[in-house]
Amino acid sequence: MMIAMHAPDGFLEPGVAVATAAISLVVMAFAVRSASRELGDRQVPLAGVTAAFVFAAQMFNFPVASGTTGHLLGGALAAILLGPWVGSLVVGVVVLVQALVFADGGLTALGYNVLNMAIVPAFGGWAIFWLVRRLLPKNAGGVIGATAIASGMSVVLASIAFSIEWLFGATAPVPFDTVFGAMVGVHTLIGIGEAVVSSMVVATVLAARPDLVAGARDLDTAQLADRPRVGVRTFVMAGVLVAALFAMVVSQFAASGPDGLEKVAADQGFAAGAQDHGFADSVFADYATRGIGNEELSLAIAGITGVALALTVGAGLVIAARQLRRRPAV
Amino acid sequence: MGGGHGRHDAHRLHVGRDTAVHRLAPHVKLVALVTFVSAVAVTPRYALWAFAIDAILLAVVAVAARVPAAVVARRVLVVTPFLIVAVLLPFIGHGPRTELGPIEVSTDGLWAAWNIAAKALLGATASIVFTATTPIPEILTGMTRLRVPRPVVAIIAFMVRYLDLISEQLHRMRLAMTARCHDPRWLWQARPVAAAAGTLFVRTYERGERIHDAMIARGYTGHMPVDERAPDRPAAWLVALAPPAVAVTAAVVALVP
Repeated sequence: MMIAMHAPDGFLEPGVAVATAAISLVVMAFAVRSASRELGDRQVPLAGVTAAFVFAAQMFNFPVASGTTGHLLGGALAAILLGPWVGSLVVGVVVLVQALVFADGGLTALGYNVLNMAIVPAFGGWAIFWLVRRLLPKNAGGVIGATAIASGMSVVLASIAFSIEWLFGATAPVPFDTVFGAMVGVHTLIGIGEAVVSSMVVATVLAARPDLVAGARDLDTAQLADRPRVGVRTFVMAGVLVAALFAMVVSQFAASGPDGLEKVAADQGFAAGAQDHGFADSVFADYATRGIGNEELSLAIAGITGVALALTVGAGLVIAARQLRRRPAV
Repeated sequence: MGGGHGRHDAHRLHVGRDTAVHRLAPHVKLVALVTFVSAVAVTPRYALWAFAIDAILLAVVAVAARVPAAVVARRVLVVTPFLIVAVLLPFIGHGPRTELGPIEVSTDGLWAAWNIAAKALLGATASIVFTATTPIPEILTGMTRLRVPRPVVAIIAFMVRYLDLISEQLHRMRLAMTARCHDPRWLWQARPVAAAAGTLFVRTYERGERIHDAMIARGYTGHMPVDERAPDRPAAWLVALAPPAVAVTAAVVALVP
């Protein structure tokens, strides 16, 4: 479940709804034009059926832990398979149909829903994909690894986009850093699942029809055949490691961002209403660890501890659920 | 249909009746829907009376369209995650506290919860009444008449047309996997599921290529034929826009101090 997704009507202030709608409309208009240039008169049938695929892919439940399931979000995956323009167009159409036909997401929330679910993951994911591909070897393994990192991070980018929109259009007295921390924390975990599944989807498509992977068009057949074998378990472990690294990096941002924002709030005079909450004295108050002098280090430790805590709580819930299920019926 | 995937079953959304609401032109209804939902979204949270008026308007339209309350109640569950968030807000919100029975909660948080819940429910219900009274092909005609770019409407049409087929294909793949004792429990067992998704992508893309060939064989030149209908009567606009006009008036009155 993703809270940034399918937001209902009135979830953010009207100003943000209008501004994001304007951005989304412009980007989608360019996407329609670029897609029609790329696909020609194949645009309508191909974009149409792949949109149906993305819709179906969101019903693809993959196992997460002890039988609980998650599902693909598919923004970055669509961009890597179809290119960022066609990909964002296809996911944008899916979001539009979900709102219009299935009442899943508000019509007045379409601006930020399309931005967070289609545009940010597709373009952000595509950009990260190419940055990572530069670092990895030019072969199938490189494409798969880059897909993992890009699709995992694209989910986190979407949650950051939502948090920023919340900063401008909050409808509830929950401060930016709480929303940011909660959203990025949850989505880092969701991102691990997205990374594992997206990269294996791309691996399958590369094996069957490599020409259908827009992110691998620069490779020739010999390079595509070269794929180092990586066990899935290693893969998941690498995912957790990347999540931890990411948390360290993002926590820096979480700390420096809101300070600036709090300053703006103080200048504007709305900081007066804010007050410290009950956890203000906790060890990780203000996202830094007490008793550690180095600010960056202490923030990184707070970030990692957040991820570890979330993983531990998740694992605890899973184990508890298993124990309950194992208990023989009386 | 194989059943078991009700939420995405596009053709079951429509409640086939013959009422005045069903007969209204789709583009008129679409404008009415967007106007109503926008009015709800900008209504200030403290104007309880305005939300009451909006709810009564929706109820009147739903009754006039003879949309069963059970259908609305079942489909409105889509917004549940946001209702859960709304329930948490009074507890995590900042600012002055207010007493709610034995517990103290944030006053602003309570208002925010009300705001999110009321708008989410009204917005979703309005969309549900719209889709219950407007079949999908008509929604698409309505979009065309409202000058939504043709390629976008055509892409949506293809998506909706092939959605059931591709969902059904997915369902069959899962069934085949389950029949072969596939019962994954952990993320590192997700490989077969992902491989199935990849295979489904290749199959879908190839299906798209075949559809394109078939379309060319039937004389497709890059433009879909357009359904040209007689111009609509102004009376339709008057009838359809009456409820949103009341909602807009309520929102404006509530916004003006």
